[in-house]
Amino acid sequence: MSASVSTSTSGAAPAAWRSVFGSWLTAYKRTWRGSIFGRFLSPLMFLLSLGLGLGSLVNKSSGGVDGVPYLQFVVPGIVAAQSMWVAMGESTYPVMGAIRWNGKYYAMLATPVGINDVLFGHLLYVAMQVTGATAIFIAVAALFGSFTSWWVLLCLPVTILTGMAFAVPVFAFSARQETDSGFNILFRFIMTPLFLFSGIFFPVSQLPGFLRPVAWVMPLWHGVQANRSLALGSPDFAAIAAHAAYLLAVIAVSAWLARRAFTKRLVV
Amino acid sequence: MTGPDPEYLLHATGLTKSFGTFTAVDGIDFAVQRGESFGFLGPNGAGKSSTMKMVGCVSPATGGVLRVFGQDPATHGPQIRARLGVVPQKDTLDEELSVEVRVRTTELLEFAQLTDRAGSTVEPLSGGMKRRLTIARSLISRPEILLLDEPTTGLDPQARHVLWDRLFRLKRSGVTLVLTTHYMDEAEQLCDRLVVMDHGKIVAQGSPRSLIAEFSTKEVLELRFDTDDHSQQAGAIAGIGERIEVLPDRLLVYTQDGDVAAAEVHQRGVRPLSALVRRSTLEDVFLHLTGRTLID
Repeated sequence: MSASVSTSTSGAAPAAWRSVFGSWLTAYKRTWRGSIFGRFLSPLMFLLSLGLGLGSLVNKSSGGVDGVPYLQFVVPGIVAAQSMWVAMGESTYPVMGAIRWNGKYYAMLATPVGINDVLFGHLLYVAMQVTGATAIFIAVAALFGSFTSWWVLLCLPVTILTGMAFAVPVFAFSARQETDSGFNILFRFIMTPLFLFSGIFFPVSQLPGFLRPVAWVMPLWHGVQANRSLALGSPDFAAIAAHAAYLLAVIAVSAWLARRAFTKRLVV
Repeated sequence: MTGPDPEYLLHATGLTKSFGTFTAVDGIDFAVQRGESFGFLGPNGAGKSSTMKMVGCVSPATGGVLRVFGQDPATHGPQIRARLGVVPQKDTLDEELSVEVRVRTTELLEFAQLTDRAGSTVEPLSGGMKRRLTIARSLISRPEILLLDEPTTGLDPQARHVLWDRLFRLKRSGVTLVLTTHYMDEAEQLCDRLVVMDHGKIVAQGSPRSLIAEFSTKEVLELRFDTDDHSQQAGAIAGIGERIEVLPDRLLVYTQDGDVAAAEVHQRGVRPLSALVRRSTLEDVFLHLTGRTLID
Protein backbone atom coordinates (compact mmCIF):
# COMPACT_ATOMS: atom_id res chain seq x y z
CA MET A 1 0.00 0.00 0.00
CA SER A 2 2.87 2.29 0.85
CA ALA A 3 4.36 2.01 -2.58
CA SER A 4 1.69 4.02 -4.31
CA VAL A 5 2.40 7.46 -2.88
CA SER A 6 5.67 8.68 -4.26
CA THR A 7 7.99 9.49 -1.41
CA SER A 8 11.17 9.95 -3.37
CA THR A 9 12.32 13.51 -3.84
CA SER A 10 14.16 13.17 -7.10
CA GLY A 11 13.62 16.23 -9.23
CA ALA A 12 11.34 18.14 -6.85
CA ALA A 13 13.61 19.43 -4.11
CA PRO A 14 17.14 18.07 -3.97
CA ALA A 15 18.16 16.93 -0.48
CA ALA A 16 14.86 17.70 1.24
CA TRP A 17 16.29 16.04 4.35
CA ARG A 18 18.21 19.28 4.89
CA SER A 19 14.96 21.09 5.69
CA VAL A 20 14.03 18.31 8.11
CA PHE A 21 17.39 18.58 9.85
CA GLY A 22 17.06 22.37 9.87
CA SER A 23 13.66 22.17 11.47
CA TRP A 24 14.97 20.08 14.39
CA LEU A 25 17.92 22.44 14.69
CA THR A 26 15.57 25.42 14.88
CA ALA A 27 13.73 23.81 17.76
CA TYR A 28 17.03 23.01 19.48
CA LYS A 29 18.22 26.62 19.29
CA ARG A 30 15.67 27.42 21.97
CA THR A 31 17.01 24.91 24.51
CA TRP A 32 20.68 24.42 23.66
CA ARG A 33 22.04 26.28 26.70
CA GLY A 34 20.47 23.95 29.24
CA SER A 35 21.37 20.93 27.15
CA ILE A 36 25.05 21.91 26.85
CA PHE A 37 25.22 22.51 30.61
CA GLY A 38 23.97 18.97 31.20
CA ARG A 39 26.50 17.60 28.74
CA PHE A 40 29.33 19.03 30.90
CA LEU A 41 27.77 18.01 34.19
CA SER A 42 27.36 14.34 33.29
CA PRO A 43 31.10 13.51 32.82
CA LEU A 44 31.98 15.50 35.96
CA MET A 45 29.66 13.38 38.10
CA PHE A 46 31.00 10.10 36.72
CA LEU A 47 34.63 11.18 37.10
CA LEU A 48 34.08 12.21 40.69
CA SER A 49 32.12 9.15 41.80
CA LEU A 50 33.81 6.39 39.78
CA GLY A 51 37.26 7.83 39.27
CA LEU A 52 37.98 9.39 42.61
CA GLY A 53 35.50 7.51 44.78
CA LEU A 54 35.16 3.90 43.66
CA GLY A 55 38.37 4.02 41.62
CA SER A 56 40.65 4.68 44.59
CA LEU A 57 39.12 1.70 46.43
CA VAL A 58 39.58 -0.64 43.47
CA ASN A 59 43.13 0.54 42.86
CA LYS A 60 44.05 0.11 46.53
CA SER A 61 42.59 -3.37 46.93
CA SER A 62 43.43 -4.99 43.57
CA GLY A 63 45.67 -2.60 41.66
CA GLY A 64 43.00 -1.61 39.13
CA VAL A 65 41.56 -3.99 36.51
CA ASP A 66 44.20 -6.18 34.84
CA GLY A 67 46.78 -3.65 35.95
CA VAL A 68 44.92 -0.67 34.46
CA PRO A 69 43.92 2.11 36.90
CA TYR A 70 40.15 1.98 37.39
CA LEU A 71 39.54 5.51 36.04
CA GLN A 72 41.23 4.59 32.74
CA PHE A 73 39.38 1.28 32.65
CA VAL A 74 35.89 2.66 33.28
CA VAL A 75 35.75 6.01 31.44
CA PRO A 76 35.95 4.71 27.82
CA GLY A 77 32.99 2.49 28.66
CA ILE A 78 31.01 5.35 30.15
CA VAL A 79 31.65 7.34 26.98
CA ALA A 80 29.96 4.55 25.02
CA ALA A 81 27.11 4.31 27.56
CA GLN A 82 26.42 8.02 27.40
CA SER A 83 25.93 7.81 23.64
CA MET A 84 23.31 5.15 24.32
CA TRP A 85 21.47 7.45 26.75
CA VAL A 86 21.58 10.44 24.45
CA ALA A 87 20.43 8.32 21.50
CA MET A 88 17.59 6.75 23.52
CA GLY A 89 16.43 10.12 24.82
CA GLU A 90 16.38 11.61 21.34
CA SER A 91 14.63 8.68 19.66
CA THR A 92 11.81 7.91 22.09
CA TYR A 93 9.66 10.88 23.18
CA PRO A 94 10.66 13.19 20.29
CA VAL A 95 9.65 10.55 17.71
CA MET A 96 6.38 9.76 19.48
CA GLY A 97 5.70 13.49 19.87
CA ALA A 98 6.28 14.17 16.19
CA ILE A 99 3.75 11.44 15.37
CA ARG A 100 1.15 11.68 18.11
CA TRP A 101 1.45 14.91 20.07
CA ASN A 102 2.46 17.79 17.82
CA GLY A 103 2.14 16.16 14.40
CA LYS A 104 5.51 17.51 13.30
CA TYR A 105 6.16 14.62 10.90
CA TYR A 106 2.75 15.08 9.28
CA ALA A 107 3.42 18.79 8.83
CA MET A 108 6.71 17.90 7.13
CA LEU A 109 5.11 15.28 4.88
CA ALA A 110 2.56 17.83 3.65
CA THR A 111 5.48 19.52 1.88
CA PRO A 112 7.72 18.03 -0.84
CA VAL A 113 9.60 16.22 1.97
CA GLY A 114 9.18 12.41 1.84
CA ILE A 115 9.42 9.58 4.35
CA ASN A 116 13.11 8.99 3.70
CA ASP A 117 13.84 12.68 4.27
CA VAL A 118 11.88 12.75 7.52
CA LEU A 119 13.74 9.71 8.80
CA PHE A 120 17.21 10.65 7.58
CA GLY A 121 16.96 14.32 8.59
CA HIS A 122 15.85 13.44 12.10
CA LEU A 123 18.48 10.71 12.50
CA LEU A 124 21.13 13.17 11.37
CA TYR A 125 20.00 15.53 14.11
CA VAL A 126 20.27 12.70 16.66
CA ALA A 127 23.77 11.93 15.34
CA MET A 128 24.65 15.58 15.88
CA GLN A 129 23.47 15.38 19.49
CA VAL A 130 25.47 12.19 20.08
CA THR A 131 28.55 13.78 18.52
CA GLY A 132 28.32 16.90 20.66
CA ALA A 133 27.75 15.01 23.90
CA THR A 134 30.59 12.57 23.18
CA ALA A 135 33.07 15.28 22.22
CA ILE A 136 32.35 17.21 25.42
CA PHE A 137 32.57 14.05 27.54
CA ILE A 138 35.92 13.03 26.05
CA ALA A 139 37.33 16.55 26.44
CA VAL A 140 36.30 16.84 30.09
CA ALA A 141 37.46 13.32 30.92
CA ALA A 142 40.82 13.99 29.26
CA LEU A 143 41.38 16.92 31.63
CA PHE A 144 41.03 14.46 34.52
CA GLY A 145 43.68 12.13 33.08
CA SER A 146 41.26 9.42 31.99
CA PHE A 147 43.12 8.61 28.78
CA THR A 148 46.72 7.69 28.11
CA SER A 149 46.77 7.88 24.32
CA TRP A 150 45.81 10.18 21.45
CA TRP A 151 44.10 7.17 19.89
CA VAL A 152 41.19 8.25 22.12
CA LEU A 153 40.24 10.69 19.35
CA LEU A 154 39.07 7.69 17.32
CA CYS A 155 36.62 6.95 20.13
CA LEU A 156 34.49 9.78 18.71
CA PRO A 157 33.51 8.01 15.45
CA VAL A 158 33.20 4.65 17.24
CA THR A 159 30.90 6.22 19.83
CA ILE A 160 28.76 7.90 17.16
CA LEU A 161 28.29 4.45 15.60
CA THR A 162 27.41 3.03 19.03
CA GLY A 163 24.82 5.76 19.63
CA MET A 164 23.24 5.32 16.21
CA ALA A 165 23.11 1.53 16.71
CA PHE A 166 20.63 2.42 19.46
CA ALA A 167 18.92 5.42 17.86
CA VAL A 168 17.92 3.71 14.60
CA PRO A 169 16.26 0.61 16.12
CA VAL A 170 14.58 2.76 18.77
CA PHE A 171 13.17 4.98 15.99
CA ALA A 172 11.55 1.83 14.60
CA PHE A 173 10.28 0.89 18.07
CA SER A 174 8.93 4.35 18.90
CA ALA A 175 7.06 4.68 15.61
CA ARG A 176 5.13 1.51 16.47
CA GLN A 177 4.13 2.52 20.01
CA GLU A 178 0.57 3.60 20.74
CA THR A 179 1.44 5.08 24.14
CA ASP A 180 4.65 6.08 25.87
CA SER A 181 4.44 3.23 28.41
CA GLY A 182 6.67 1.07 26.20
CA PHE A 183 9.49 3.52 26.84
CA ASN A 184 9.55 2.69 30.53
CA ILE A 185 10.08 -0.96 29.64
CA LEU A 186 12.83 0.04 27.24
CA PHE A 187 14.62 2.13 29.85
CA ARG A 188 14.15 -0.27 32.74
CA PHE A 189 14.65 -3.66 31.09
CA ILE A 190 17.05 -2.85 28.28
CA MET A 191 19.00 0.33 28.93
CA THR A 192 19.73 -0.17 32.63
CA PRO A 193 20.83 -3.85 32.37
CA LEU A 194 22.98 -3.01 29.35
CA PHE A 195 24.63 -0.20 31.28
CA LEU A 196 25.42 -2.55 34.16
CA PHE A 197 26.43 -5.70 32.26
CA SER A 198 28.18 -4.56 29.06
CA GLY A 199 31.70 -4.68 30.44
CA ILE A 200 31.80 -1.04 31.52
CA PHE A 201 32.43 -1.55 35.25
CA PHE A 202 33.99 -5.01 35.09
CA PRO A 203 35.04 -7.30 32.22
CA VAL A 204 32.24 -9.39 30.70
CA SER A 205 34.31 -12.48 31.53
CA GLN A 206 33.18 -11.97 35.16
CA LEU A 207 29.56 -12.59 34.11
CA PRO A 208 28.00 -16.07 34.38
CA GLY A 209 28.54 -17.95 31.11
CA PHE A 210 24.94 -17.83 29.91
CA LEU A 211 24.82 -14.02 30.20
CA ARG A 212 27.92 -13.30 28.14
CA PRO A 213 26.31 -13.91 24.71
CA VAL A 214 23.61 -11.38 25.64
CA ALA A 215 26.29 -8.74 26.14
CA TRP A 216 27.99 -9.73 22.89
CA VAL A 217 24.80 -9.37 20.85
CA MET A 218 23.95 -5.90 22.14
CA PRO A 219 25.64 -2.90 20.51
CA LEU A 220 26.90 -1.37 23.76
CA TRP A 221 29.53 -4.04 24.51
CA HIS A 222 31.07 -3.53 21.06
CA GLY A 223 31.32 0.21 21.62
CA VAL A 224 32.81 -0.30 25.08
CA GLN A 225 35.44 -2.76 23.85
CA ALA A 226 36.50 -0.66 20.89
CA ASN A 227 36.66 2.52 22.95
CA ARG A 228 38.71 0.92 25.70
CA SER A 229 41.14 -0.62 23.25
CA LEU A 230 41.68 2.82 21.67
CA ALA A 231 41.83 4.86 24.87
CA LEU A 232 44.39 2.59 26.51
CA GLY A 233 46.77 3.25 23.65
CA SER A 234 47.38 -0.25 22.30
CA PRO A 235 44.52 -0.59 19.79
CA ASP A 236 43.81 -3.98 18.27
CA PHE A 237 42.58 -2.66 14.92
CA ALA A 238 41.28 -5.98 13.62
CA ALA A 239 39.02 -6.28 16.67
CA ILE A 240 37.98 -2.62 16.43
CA ALA A 241 37.08 -3.05 12.75
CA ALA A 242 34.97 -6.10 13.66
CA HIS A 243 33.16 -4.13 16.38
CA ALA A 244 32.54 -1.23 13.99
CA ALA A 245 31.29 -3.61 11.29
CA TYR A 246 28.86 -5.16 13.77
CA LEU A 247 27.56 -1.72 14.78
CA LEU A 248 27.16 -0.76 11.12
CA ALA A 249 25.23 -3.97 10.46
CA VAL A 250 22.86 -3.19 13.35
CA ILE A 251 22.33 0.30 11.94
CA ALA A 252 21.68 -1.01 8.41
CA VAL A 253 19.15 -3.66 9.46
CA SER A 254 17.31 -1.34 11.80
CA ALA A 255 17.26 1.45 9.20
CA TRP A 256 15.20 -0.92 7.06
CA LEU A 257 12.93 -1.63 10.05
CA ALA A 258 12.59 2.08 10.84
CA ARG A 259 11.72 2.86 7.22
CA ARG A 260 8.98 0.24 7.37
CA ALA A 261 7.65 1.43 10.72
CA PHE A 262 7.58 5.08 9.60
CA THR A 263 5.82 4.21 6.36
CA LYS A 264 3.25 2.09 8.15
CA ARG A 265 2.52 4.83 10.65
CA LEU A 266 2.73 7.96 8.51
CA VAL A 267 1.53 6.90 5.05
CA VAL A 268 -1.98 5.51 5.53
CA MET B 1 -12.85 5.93 -17.06
CA THR B 2 -11.70 9.16 -18.69
CA GLY B 3 -8.14 10.46 -18.78
CA PRO B 4 -6.97 13.57 -17.00
CA ASP B 5 -8.46 16.83 -18.27
CA PRO B 6 -5.83 19.61 -18.29
CA GLU B 7 -8.55 22.17 -17.68
CA TYR B 8 -8.86 20.98 -14.10
CA LEU B 9 -6.39 21.52 -11.27
CA LEU B 10 -7.93 18.58 -9.51
CA HIS B 11 -9.60 15.67 -11.21
CA ALA B 12 -10.78 12.38 -9.70
CA THR B 13 -12.67 9.50 -11.24
CA GLY B 14 -13.74 6.47 -9.24
CA LEU B 15 -11.45 7.54 -6.40
CA THR B 16 -11.47 4.92 -3.65
CA LYS B 17 -9.80 4.53 -0.27
CA SER B 18 -10.11 1.35 1.78
CA PHE B 19 -8.68 0.42 5.14
CA GLY B 20 -8.85 -3.36 5.23
CA THR B 21 -12.51 -4.22 4.70
CA PHE B 22 -13.73 -0.69 5.51
CA THR B 23 -14.26 1.57 2.51
CA ALA B 24 -13.80 5.19 3.60
CA VAL B 25 -14.10 6.70 0.12
CA ASP B 26 -16.22 4.73 -2.29
CA GLY B 27 -15.54 5.59 -5.92
CA ILE B 28 -16.11 9.34 -6.06
CA ASP B 29 -15.79 11.65 -9.07
CA PHE B 30 -15.05 15.36 -8.85
CA ALA B 31 -13.19 18.11 -10.68
CA VAL B 32 -11.98 21.51 -9.53
CA GLN B 33 -11.03 24.43 -11.79
CA ARG B 34 -8.43 27.09 -11.09
CA GLY B 35 -9.68 29.91 -8.86
CA GLU B 36 -12.65 27.93 -7.65
CA SER B 37 -13.61 27.41 -4.05
CA PHE B 38 -14.70 23.81 -3.71
CA GLY B 39 -16.09 22.07 -0.67
CA PHE B 40 -16.69 18.57 0.67
CA LEU B 41 -19.69 18.73 2.99
CA GLY B 42 -20.66 15.80 5.15
CA PRO B 43 -20.90 14.43 8.68
CA ASN B 44 -17.97 12.96 10.60
CA GLY B 45 -16.87 9.70 8.98
CA ALA B 46 -18.24 10.59 5.52
CA GLY B 47 -14.78 10.20 3.94
CA LYS B 48 -13.93 13.91 3.63
CA SER B 49 -10.59 13.81 5.41
CA SER B 50 -9.51 10.61 3.62
CA THR B 51 -10.24 12.34 0.33
CA MET B 52 -8.23 15.40 1.39
CA LYS B 53 -5.25 13.23 2.36
CA MET B 54 -5.27 11.58 -1.06
CA VAL B 55 -5.45 14.98 -2.75
CA GLY B 56 -2.63 16.18 -0.49
CA CYS B 57 -0.50 13.25 -1.73
CA VAL B 58 0.17 11.92 1.76
CA SER B 59 -2.16 8.93 1.50
CA PRO B 60 -2.15 6.55 -1.48
CA ALA B 61 -5.44 5.91 -3.25
CA THR B 62 -6.69 2.31 -3.18
CA GLY B 63 -8.40 2.65 -6.54
CA GLY B 64 -9.55 5.04 -9.24
CA VAL B 65 -7.71 7.86 -10.97
CA LEU B 66 -6.55 11.04 -9.26
CA ARG B 67 -4.72 13.89 -10.98
CA VAL B 68 -3.51 17.04 -9.25
CA PHE B 69 -2.14 19.71 -11.63
CA GLY B 70 -2.53 16.93 -14.19
CA GLN B 71 0.03 14.80 -12.36
CA ASP B 72 -0.29 11.45 -10.62
CA PRO B 73 0.31 11.53 -6.82
CA ALA B 74 1.78 8.02 -7.05
CA THR B 75 4.65 9.22 -9.21
CA HIS B 76 4.85 12.99 -8.63
CA GLY B 77 4.04 13.35 -4.92
CA PRO B 78 6.82 15.80 -4.00
CA GLN B 79 6.30 17.91 -7.12
CA ILE B 80 2.57 18.21 -6.40
CA ARG B 81 3.06 18.88 -2.69
CA ALA B 82 5.42 21.72 -3.57
CA ARG B 83 2.45 23.54 -5.14
CA LEU B 84 -0.07 22.78 -2.38
CA GLY B 85 -0.73 24.53 0.92
CA VAL B 86 -2.16 22.30 3.63
CA VAL B 87 -4.16 23.31 6.70
CA PRO B 88 -4.76 20.04 8.56
CA GLN B 89 -7.70 19.37 10.83
CA LYS B 90 -5.50 19.59 13.91
CA ASP B 91 -2.94 22.41 14.05
CA THR B 92 0.56 20.93 13.76
CA LEU B 93 2.47 23.86 15.22
CA ASP B 94 5.54 23.65 17.40
CA GLU B 95 4.09 25.38 20.44
CA GLU B 96 7.43 26.23 21.99
CA LEU B 97 8.69 28.26 19.06
CA SER B 98 7.83 31.90 18.60
CA VAL B 99 5.25 32.96 16.04
CA GLU B 100 7.98 34.70 14.09
CA VAL B 101 10.24 31.66 13.82
CA ARG B 102 7.42 29.65 12.29
CA VAL B 103 6.43 32.26 9.74
CA ARG B 104 9.19 34.56 8.75
CA THR B 105 7.62 37.05 6.48
CA THR B 106 5.92 40.13 7.88
CA GLU B 107 3.54 40.04 4.96
CA LEU B 108 2.08 36.71 6.07
CA LEU B 109 1.83 37.76 9.70
CA GLU B 110 -0.04 40.86 8.61
CA PHE B 111 -2.35 38.72 6.55
CA ALA B 112 -2.94 36.44 9.54
CA GLN B 113 -3.43 39.52 11.77
CA LEU B 114 -0.70 38.30 14.10
CA THR B 115 1.87 41.09 13.68
CA ASP B 116 1.58 42.23 17.30
CA ARG B 117 2.09 38.64 18.50
CA ALA B 118 5.18 37.97 16.38
CA GLY B 119 7.48 37.64 19.40
CA SER B 120 5.13 35.46 21.42
CA THR B 121 5.50 31.71 21.64
CA VAL B 122 2.75 29.73 19.97
CA GLU B 123 1.44 27.96 23.05
CA PRO B 124 -0.55 30.85 24.68
CA LEU B 125 -2.30 31.89 21.43
CA SER B 126 -6.05 31.47 21.12
CA GLY B 127 -7.52 28.72 18.95
CA GLY B 128 -8.38 31.23 16.22
CA MET B 129 -4.87 32.71 16.25
CA LYS B 130 -3.24 29.28 16.01
CA ARG B 131 -5.53 28.44 13.11
CA ARG B 132 -4.56 31.65 11.33
CA LEU B 133 -0.90 30.89 12.00
CA THR B 134 -1.33 27.43 10.49
CA ILE B 135 -2.89 29.08 7.44
CA ALA B 136 -0.06 31.62 7.26
CA ARG B 137 2.45 28.77 7.40
CA SER B 138 0.67 26.91 4.62
CA LEU B 139 1.00 30.03 2.44
CA ILE B 140 4.79 30.35 2.76
CA SER B 141 5.38 28.44 -0.46
CA ARG B 142 2.76 30.51 -2.37
CA PRO B 143 0.56 27.48 -3.09
CA GLU B 144 -1.80 27.31 -6.04
CA ILE B 145 -4.25 25.13 -4.15
CA LEU B 146 -4.96 25.52 -0.45
CA LEU B 147 -6.38 22.38 1.19
CA LEU B 148 -8.32 23.14 4.38
CA ASP B 149 -9.59 20.25 6.48
CA GLU B 150 -12.38 21.59 8.71
CA PRO B 151 -10.83 25.04 8.98
CA THR B 152 -13.11 26.43 11.70
CA THR B 153 -14.08 23.39 13.77
CA GLY B 154 -13.77 24.25 17.44
CA LEU B 155 -13.58 28.03 16.96
CA ASP B 156 -15.99 30.56 18.43
CA PRO B 157 -18.29 32.48 16.04
CA GLN B 158 -16.18 35.64 15.95
CA ALA B 159 -12.96 33.73 15.23
CA ARG B 160 -14.77 31.85 12.46
CA HIS B 161 -15.84 35.09 10.79
CA VAL B 162 -12.29 36.47 10.93
CA LEU B 163 -11.04 33.27 9.34
CA TRP B 164 -13.70 33.28 6.62
CA ASP B 165 -12.74 36.85 5.79
CA ARG B 166 -9.08 35.83 5.41
CA LEU B 167 -9.98 32.86 3.23
CA PHE B 168 -12.19 35.04 1.09
CA ARG B 169 -9.28 37.40 0.47
CA LEU B 170 -7.10 34.44 -0.52
CA LYS B 171 -9.69 33.29 -3.00
CA ARG B 172 -9.89 36.79 -4.50
CA SER B 173 -6.12 36.76 -4.89
CA GLY B 174 -6.48 33.70 -7.12
CA VAL B 175 -5.76 30.81 -4.74
CA THR B 176 -7.93 27.76 -5.37
CA LEU B 177 -9.56 26.68 -2.10
CA VAL B 178 -10.52 23.06 -1.43
CA LEU B 179 -12.09 22.52 1.96
CA THR B 180 -14.04 20.07 4.03
CA THR B 181 -16.62 21.08 6.56
CA HIS B 182 -19.56 19.77 8.49
CA TYR B 183 -20.95 23.26 8.93
CA MET B 184 -23.51 24.24 6.34
CA ASP B 185 -23.06 27.94 7.05
CA GLU B 186 -19.35 27.60 6.31
CA ALA B 187 -20.04 25.79 3.06
CA GLU B 188 -22.55 28.49 2.05
CA GLN B 189 -20.10 31.27 2.95
CA LEU B 190 -17.01 29.87 1.27
CA CYS B 191 -17.88 27.44 -1.50
CA ASP B 192 -18.70 28.23 -5.11
CA ARG B 193 -19.45 24.59 -5.58
CA LEU B 194 -19.59 21.61 -3.29
CA VAL B 195 -20.26 17.93 -3.08
CA VAL B 196 -22.31 16.40 -0.30
CA MET B 197 -20.69 13.21 1.00
CA ASP B 198 -22.22 10.44 3.05
CA HIS B 199 -20.76 7.00 3.80
CA GLY B 200 -17.88 7.56 1.37
CA LYS B 201 -20.11 8.46 -1.56
CA ILE B 202 -21.11 11.72 -3.21
CA VAL B 203 -24.85 12.08 -2.85
CA ALA B 204 -25.27 15.47 -4.54
CA GLN B 205 -23.25 18.27 -6.06
CA GLY B 206 -23.67 21.86 -7.22
CA SER B 207 -23.55 25.40 -5.90
CA PRO B 208 -25.06 25.94 -2.44
CA ARG B 209 -27.96 27.82 -4.04
CA SER B 210 -28.65 25.22 -6.71
CA LEU B 211 -28.51 22.40 -4.16
CA ILE B 212 -31.05 24.17 -1.98
CA ALA B 213 -33.25 24.85 -5.00
CA GLU B 214 -33.01 21.25 -6.16
CA PHE B 215 -33.39 19.38 -2.90
CA SER B 216 -35.28 21.70 -0.58
CA THR B 217 -38.04 24.29 -0.54
CA LYS B 218 -37.69 28.04 -0.26
CA GLU B 219 -38.70 28.19 3.38
CA VAL B 220 -38.89 25.96 6.42
CA LEU B 221 -41.32 26.16 9.31
CA GLU B 222 -39.82 24.77 12.53
CA LEU B 223 -42.29 23.62 15.17
CA ARG B 224 -41.40 22.63 18.74
CA PHE B 225 -43.87 20.87 21.00
CA ASP B 226 -43.95 20.06 24.69
CA THR B 227 -43.38 16.35 24.11
CA ASP B 228 -40.66 13.73 24.28
CA ASP B 229 -41.64 12.27 20.93
CA HIS B 230 -42.24 14.75 18.15
CA SER B 231 -43.45 12.03 15.77
CA GLN B 232 -46.74 11.97 17.73
CA GLN B 233 -47.47 15.49 16.50
CA ALA B 234 -46.66 14.79 12.87
CA GLY B 235 -50.13 13.40 12.11
CA ALA B 236 -51.85 16.58 13.24
CA ILE B 237 -50.07 18.71 10.67
CA ALA B 238 -49.93 16.14 7.85
CA GLY B 239 -50.53 17.64 4.44
CA ILE B 240 -49.28 21.10 5.32
CA GLY B 241 -46.41 22.24 3.09
CA GLU B 242 -44.66 19.92 0.65
CA ARG B 243 -42.91 17.62 3.09
CA ILE B 244 -42.47 17.08 6.82
CA GLU B 245 -39.31 15.89 8.57
CA VAL B 246 -39.43 14.61 12.15
CA LEU B 247 -36.40 15.38 14.31
CA PRO B 248 -35.97 14.37 17.95
CA ASP B 249 -36.53 17.94 19.14
CA ARG B 250 -38.71 19.54 16.44
CA LEU B 251 -40.78 19.12 13.29
CA LEU B 252 -39.69 20.70 10.02
CA VAL B 253 -42.33 21.70 7.49
CA TYR B 254 -40.87 22.30 4.03
CA THR B 255 -42.90 24.88 2.15
CA GLN B 256 -42.65 27.72 -0.36
CA ASP B 257 -44.29 30.09 2.15
CA GLY B 258 -43.60 29.56 5.86
CA ASP B 259 -46.14 32.12 7.08
CA VAL B 260 -48.97 30.48 5.15
CA ALA B 261 -47.98 27.10 6.60
CA ALA B 262 -47.85 28.55 10.13
CA ALA B 263 -51.32 30.02 9.71
CA GLU B 264 -52.60 26.65 8.54
CA VAL B 265 -51.11 24.93 11.60
CA HIS B 266 -52.87 27.49 13.81
CA GLN B 267 -56.16 27.00 11.94
CA ARG B 268 -56.08 23.27 12.68
CA GLY B 269 -55.95 24.11 16.35
CA VAL B 270 -52.41 22.75 16.79
CA ARG B 271 -50.51 24.77 19.44
CA PRO B 272 -46.72 24.34 19.30
CA LEU B 273 -44.42 25.83 21.97
CA SER B 274 -42.69 27.76 19.25
CA ALA B 275 -43.00 28.28 15.51
CA LEU B 276 -40.14 29.69 13.49
CA VAL B 277 -39.97 30.45 9.78
CA ARG B 278 -36.53 30.45 8.15
CA ARG B 279 -34.89 30.01 4.76
CA SER B 280 -33.76 26.59 3.64
CA THR B 281 -30.07 25.83 4.22
CA LEU B 282 -27.66 23.11 3.17
CA GLU B 283 -28.51 21.37 6.42
CA ASP B 284 -31.99 20.78 4.97
CA VAL B 285 -30.46 19.48 1.76
CA PHE B 286 -28.38 17.04 3.73
CA LEU B 287 -31.32 15.97 5.88
CA HIS B 288 -33.39 15.34 2.79
CA LEU B 289 -30.64 13.38 1.03
CA THR B 290 -29.55 11.21 3.93
CA GLY B 291 -32.36 11.34 6.47
CA ARG B 292 -29.87 12.51 9.07
CA THR B 293 -28.60 15.81 10.48
CA LEU B 294 -25.02 16.85 9.87
CA ILE B 295 -23.98 17.22 13.49
CA ASP B 296 -25.37 14.61 15.85
